[in-house]
Amino acid sequence: MSPVSDAVPPLSAWRRFLEGDLWYSFRHSPVAQIAALLVFVCAFCALFAPWVAPHNPFDLSTIELADAQLPPAWLPEGRATFLLGTDDQGRDILSALMYGARISLLVGLAAVALSLLFGVALGLLSGYAGGHVDAFIMRVCDVMLSFPAILIALLIDGVGRALFPHAHDTLAFTVLILAIALTGWVKYARTVRGSTLVERHKDYVQAARVIGVAPLRIMWRHVLPNVTGPVLVLATIDIAAAVIIEATLSFLGVGVPPTSPSLGTLIRIGNDNLMSGMWWITVFPGAVLMILALSVNLLGDWLRDALNPRLQ
Amino acid sequence: MSQPPLLEVSHLRVEFPTRRGTLLALDDVSFSIAPGEILGVVGESGAGKSLTGSAIIGLLEPPGRIAAGEIRLDGRRIDNLSPAEMRRVRGRQIGAIFQDPLTSLNPLYTVGQQLVETIRTHLPLSGTQARERAIDLLRQTGIPAPEARIDQYPHQFSGGMRQRVVIALALAAEPRLIVADEPTTALDVSIQAQIIALLRRLAREHGAAVMLVTHDMGVIAETSDRVAVMYAGRVVEIGPVQQVIHHPAHPYTRGLMGSIPVMDEDRERLTQIDGAMPRLNAIPSGCAFNPRCGEVMPRCLRERPELMSAGATRAACWLHDAGAAA
Amino acid sequence: MSHLVEVQDLAKIFDVSSPWLNRVVERQPRRFVHAVDGVSFGIEAGRTLALVGESGCGKSTVARLLVGLHAPSRGQVLFDGQPTLQTLASSQARNLRRRMQMIFQDPYASLNPRWRVKDIVAEPLREHGLAKDKAEVSDEVEALLRAVGLAAADAGRYPHQFSGGQRQRISIARALATRPEFLVCDEPTSALDVSVQAQVLNLMKDLQRERGLTYLFISHNLAVVRHVSDDVGVMYLGHLVELAPKAALFESPRHPYTRMLLDAIPDLHMSGRARTPVQGEVPNPLNPPTGCAFHPRCPHANARCSQERPRWQSLAGIQIACHAVEEGRL
Repeated sequence: MSPVSDAVPPLSAWRRFLEGDLWYSFRHSPVAQIAALLVFVCAFCALFAPWVAPHNPFDLSTIELADAQLPPAWLPEGRATFLLGTDDQGRDILSALMYGARISLLVGLAAVALSLLFGVALGLLSGYAGGHVDAFIMRVCDVMLSFPAILIALLIDGVGRALFPHAHDTLAFTVLILAIALTGWVKYARTVRGSTLVERHKDYVQAARVIGVAPLRIMWRHVLPNVTGPVLVLATIDIAAAVIIEATLSFLGVGVPPTSPSLGTLIRIGNDNLMSGMWWITVFPGAVLMILALSVNLLGDWLRDALNPRLQ
Repeated sequence: MSQPPLLEVSHLRVEFPTRRGTLLALDDVSFSIAPGEILGVVGESGAGKSLTGSAIIGLLEPPGRIAAGEIRLDGRRIDNLSPAEMRRVRGRQIGAIFQDPLTSLNPLYTVGQQLVETIRTHLPLSGTQARERAIDLLRQTGIPAPEARIDQYPHQFSGGMRQRVVIALALAAEPRLIVADEPTTALDVSIQAQIIALLRRLAREHGAAVMLVTHDMGVIAETSDRVAVMYAGRVVEIGPVQQVIHHPAHPYTRGLMGSIPVMDEDRERLTQIDGAMPRLNAIPSGCAFNPRCGEVMPRCLRERPELMSAGATRAACWLHDAGAAA
Repeated sequence: MSHLVEVQDLAKIFDVSSPWLNRVVERQPRRFVHAVDGVSFGIEAGRTLALVGESGCGKSTVARLLVGLHAPSRGQVLFDGQPTLQTLASSQARNLRRRMQMIFQDPYASLNPRWRVKDIVAEPLREHGLAKDKAEVSDEVEALLRAVGLAAADAGRYPHQFSGGQRQRISIARALATRPEFLVCDEPTSALDVSVQAQVLNLMKDLQRERGLTYLFISHNLAVVRHVSDDVGVMYLGHLVELAPKAALFESPRHPYTRMLLDAIPDLHMSGRARTPVQGEVPNPLNPPTGCAFHPRCPHANARCSQERPRWQSLAGIQIACHAVEEGRL
């Protein structure tokens, strides 16, 4: 009997992407394009800061106190080499922004990655195993949700500092990333658990059980690929949230160590100097933080709508 | 047929504009229903039968739209009415029954509230009169103790009972036409029989015409007077139900009848139509059935056949072209 | 006559009580659904037993009990003489799973949408180590796809690129990968169009003949059952009420429910049978009637029917559970 499938050969992954709905949606969404551009610029500058930044604000040998407190270049006392001015120590604001964004993004991405791993794993386990395991994990989630995120981060951070009072910088970073990760994992766990509960009862999972595949393997190879859709959207928006939490913590002085200032640290430094009239030290880091968070959020919004089959 | 038709669909064309081009979902569909007649519309998934029902009720999901053709109810065009006018026609002249009784009823309102609301929207009755009528409708649809059950919520009814309520709702304003889209598919077999008998009886009693859309030929055999067979957005055969079942003229109808397993016969092999119904973006030129037809001729690949007389039915097939050599 | 599959007093009770906290606060009792309540039958090798019934009768649950997707609350299943429940918990589980497979109802949910067809069909081969290397896996997959009427090129595609009928063929190919002897088919054509159903049913009959397969065929469509089965079992609210060879069941049904069911089918050919009007609906499984589950709807019920559950017994070549038949009233 003649086979009924189409005669078209299967396309490569790249071609399928180009002809897919996601790329089409992107091409027709100016907001998504602008957001993506902004994120790209920030990420590029942050990643390649040592090569792109005009100065290295953390190399003590290049800083001169004589250059301190200079306003942005377009104002009367500004100088072209320091495009956005300098702070009270003589560090170039523009370069500090790039290095700061680097720290912020690094911490944000690492925290989200950790959060994602932990949350997705627990959510999968919870949804697949059901029963007491599910009940227990969900109660833990409920408890975690009743704490404000900042409070949790402060708590973990405080405990970390108490345990390791003479911590090295890397340890401080680790504690910070852990703190932020622990504030955000619950939403991944819940989302993935919901999707897992649905997928678990579908026939293809039952078919795998009839074949004799072990439960862990079913969770990993069958269920996981089907529940990651909403996670992607959540993670994108979460990056913005993580960056802001980190900025808040750094602003409060309990975030990144002072030797590697992030955008939040810069805002704090600027805040101390606000009354002296040096508005540029606070405003520019604040603006960059805002633009970064906004762009990432807009990108996440677009992604969620683009991936939602019902809106098409 | 001496009476003028109640519903007349002429050359209906429904399109779905998508970013990959316009899909033609219904292509030159024409048929009519006389007052009090039950027309079955049968076809497989993708044939366009539900879409035809939606177009008539005026509930086409955007971006679908009626691109050409006319739909006339009692001589008056209804395909080009404004949404407000269509709302008045829907319910008063046309009643609708859908497949899933669970989602056809609002779970937050009692059955009585929904019935009375529909009745009072279309008929000039007072609250008490409307309630009386609602109770009477429930009784007619075979719901026991209607005076008590009228104040119950949909979830307190079983599936079959809910579908009876939906039928009562459809009849509430005494419509002339009822469009029923797979009314028994979601029900158990023993309930199916009850519901289709009920539908047929009530339609006769109220003098309403019925357009019964379904994929189940058995249901059509039991209820309908005439049947229209749809394939790839077109009507390929139409005629009295017994004729279409026992003397199908179109090769697709023949294949369809042969592939249905029947209760009182033992067949070794079911008739099989190789291949599948074409997707909307790949409909063959000429006759849409030509790739799968066992009796295809060169003409079938070039020219699209109109419905033509073929014995006791009308079929869209060049085999029955009286004027041409075979 | 030895049965390949033998089921003895099989039962499955689901606990559908509210969560513990709700029960304590609202003082609700525990609630159970007897989805399958004592079912016994046997299937000979190479034959097809069909189980029919309306929704809630437990036929799908029986199917799942047979392949080990649920553990029975009572009774046992014997495959080739060995009890399946113990075998599945032992080191012999792999062997048993190789010999029996399942085909599901929903062609859209039974294939993992993220996997390619070749991985879907190859999974049983890989899991059971039935092919030595990638080339052999590939060859075997190709052979299986061709056996079900698909092309070798289809292996590289994703399920959403196929129609419902084609997906069911892929499911069948996957089920045949381990060369099983026994296939449990849970409404394999219910979600398909009539003409596609014909293709799949013909295919299944051909495969049965070629490979000597034994089928348990679950369906609610009596006409389909008439076409595919050798023996037919009718279920109602978790019980088997009648089991007979196909000809006997369709020509002279004994149990009142079987008769009611056969009468209710909308008849394509309008053979003008006399019909008993159908009454009532399937009762709520949480609150089943006492005695015989069918007695509220049965035109032949007497006092005994409402108190005593009829025994499953052999009578004149068929098996049936009915007081009226036992007493000779019917």
